[in-house]
Amino acid sequence: MLGPWCSPTGSPAPLSCETGCREGSWILVCRLLVPTQVSLLSMEEDIDTRKINNSFLRDHSYATEADIISTVEFNHTGELLATGDKGGRVVIFQREQESKNQVHRRGEYNVYSTFQSHEPEFDYLKSLEIEEKINKIRWLPQQNAAYFLLSTNDKTVKLWKVSERDKRPEGYNLKDEEGRLRDPATITTLRVPVLRPMDLMVEATPRRVFANAHTYHINSISVNSDYETYMSADDLRINLWNFEITNQSFNIVDIKPANMEELTEVITAAEFHPHHCNTFVYSSSKGTIRLCDMRASALCDRHTKFFEEPEDPSNRSFFSEIISSISDVKFSHSGRYIMTRDYLTVKVWDLNMENRPIETYQVHDYLRSKLCSLYENDCIFDKFECVWNGSDSVIMTGSYNNFFRMFDRNTKRDVTLEASRENSKPRAILKPRKVCVGGKRRKDEISVDSLDFSKKILHTAWHPSENIIAVAATNNLYIFQDKVN
Amino acid sequence: MMLSKGLKRKREEEEEEKEALAVDAWWLEPGHPAVAQAPPAVASSSLFDLSVLKLHHSLRQSEPDLRHLVLVVNTLRRIQASMAPAATLPPVPSPPTAPGIADNLLASSDAALSASMASLLEDLSHIEGLSQAPQPLVDEGPPGRPSGAAPPSLGALDLLGPATGCLLDDGLEGLFEDIDTSMYDSEFWAPVSEGHKPSPEDGPGKEEAPELDEAELDYLMDVLVGTQALERPPGPGR
Repeated sequence: MLGPWCSPTGSPAPLSCETGCREGSWILVCRLLVPTQVSLLSMEEDIDTRKINNSFLRDHSYATEADIISTVEFNHTGELLATGDKGGRVVIFQREQESKNQVHRRGEYNVYSTFQSHEPEFDYLKSLEIEEKINKIRWLPQQNAAYFLLSTNDKTVKLWKVSERDKRPEGYNLKDEEGRLRDPATITTLRVPVLRPMDLMVEATPRRVFANAHTYHINSISVNSDYETYMSADDLRINLWNFEITNQSFNIVDIKPANMEELTEVITAAEFHPHHCNTFVYSSSKGTIRLCDMRASALCDRHTKFFEEPEDPSNRSFFSEIISSISDVKFSHSGRYIMTRDYLTVKVWDLNMENRPIETYQVHDYLRSKLCSLYENDCIFDKFECVWNGSDSVIMTGSYNNFFRMFDRNTKRDVTLEASRENSKPRAILKPRKVCVGGKRRKDEISVDSLDFSKKILHTAWHPSENIIAVAATNNLYIFQDKVN
Repeated sequence: MMLSKGLKRKREEEEEEKEALAVDAWWLEPGHPAVAQAPPAVASSSLFDLSVLKLHHSLRQSEPDLRHLVLVVNTLRRIQASMAPAATLPPVPSPPTAPGIADNLLASSDAALSASMASLLEDLSHIEGLSQAPQPLVDEGPPGRPSGAAPPSLGALDLLGPATGCLLDDGLEGLFEDIDTSMYDSEFWAPVSEGHKPSPEDGPGKEEAPELDEAELDYLMDVLVGTQALERPPGPGR
């Protein structure tokens, strides 16, 4: 049930069900492996799973680093789900259509299109290899039959058009069915070519390439609500692009100091306001968020609003700054709030209050006493993302050991779930997990020291209007659904 | 698993060093009164060395992660500040020669070297500013090739690979690689007290540290931003 204060303005239809924070309400819809090649399935493979993946499952033991999913994003209707991986590939899944025969299959996603978005490049001047890893994918709102998305690696943003072809022209006069030119002497009649149905083919074509505008690594892209422009942000600069113009961009934020010795802060994430095309926010490695208005000046180095929470003196340590570094910032669908993710918490800020967040949620506070070890093994630098549900009433973020957490802002309840192969039976109900921080460990609990820090859920996505979530765990994509739906 | 290793080590040390016990207990229970008794010198020293290691490792990347680099440097500054009243280079269990080499480097890293690097960096920043200000007007040329005529290598933190070796003796890096990292599993560190914590705006000059520490921080910052300057021949101002 949605509280009145959190009904977003101009929002999609409210959820048809309660928020999904009750225990035992999330079920696994499907687990998808990013497909690269057709391979023989072992006989033990679940029939359901095979059908879902259209026989493109890859044998788990051959999973390589290139398959590690690096970004996940639903499109604006939730019909499509895009993933990008370390190998520069984009895989788009499409939701299975509702059918009377197999009602329970609705909510499952199948492979729709796969394409190589970015290739590894070599910068000859700097003698540097440019990674092909897809850092972010952002969909454009659909304006015609084709789908458009932006995908970016460290240096280059590309606009891709994904379109369907299910008819082809037949009956040319000058060409035969194979496309060969016909001998003019054999042409005795004139006919009009007709369109005949063919097997559905989904094509992805690069429509624009926005290159050479970033010296540092791109961490964010965000489509403006005017649908004409978008921004790309790297460690020190943010550029504004027009979709039609690839050889020029406007620099709207530049925090590079004149003397690089004075560099103490970098940009970590940036996003446009969902409704106000002149407003955007960007976060920093020092735990601050700046809201900027592009009407104020051409170069938005002076922020309109500055969000920062004072440091808690009792929690101060050598690692205070590192754990305060914001890894993700997201506007709520309503545009009234922003959510930030730092190493240990998720915070919700009201745009009208700059001096502290209105809500703070502990993601894995049991790690606070382990910061030294996490600093040593570099886990403390992991960048977790966070997402809102469609009605802005629940927020979700990932953790270690393939755990991910949901926080219900209304009821203040939270749940920890796990995306793992052991729970991989389709329709299996997810059991809430609990981490034991000390004292006697209960049967179902896992102790802090047993957590697997190599299994991190960095990327998650929430369907724009339904309780369907996508969770990326290394090379696996899990799709869960609230079973009430 | 890193954390389990740390846990084991803590138990061993509980038997060996009574003073360490307080810190160990505190590690488990943050509210433990033993916090005040924790020996900050030991904690800071190992963290300091770890951070220096991380910094070197980061700089050795062909294209360092700027965020990682900045966070490590800022953390180093905090540790540096908290170590200020203590001995300049607290004793490190192993290897014993590492701090000695570092001392020699610091001694040689005098004001003149710092100044020359700073001036080189100024030149670089100035030129890079010219190349960055006008927006690139390029065709879809060779992939990855930046726009304009200005060499992109002037991005201050972009080129760090080969130049790093000029400042750092290869032997020094080799020594660091030999360091047994298990000593960094210890949780010996205390929250930085009010008086010691520098704000990021404070330059090294504001610290009360002895001469050596200030030079050490300068050296680290110069390694951070100054090494690529060595790619260019010294300017006339040198």
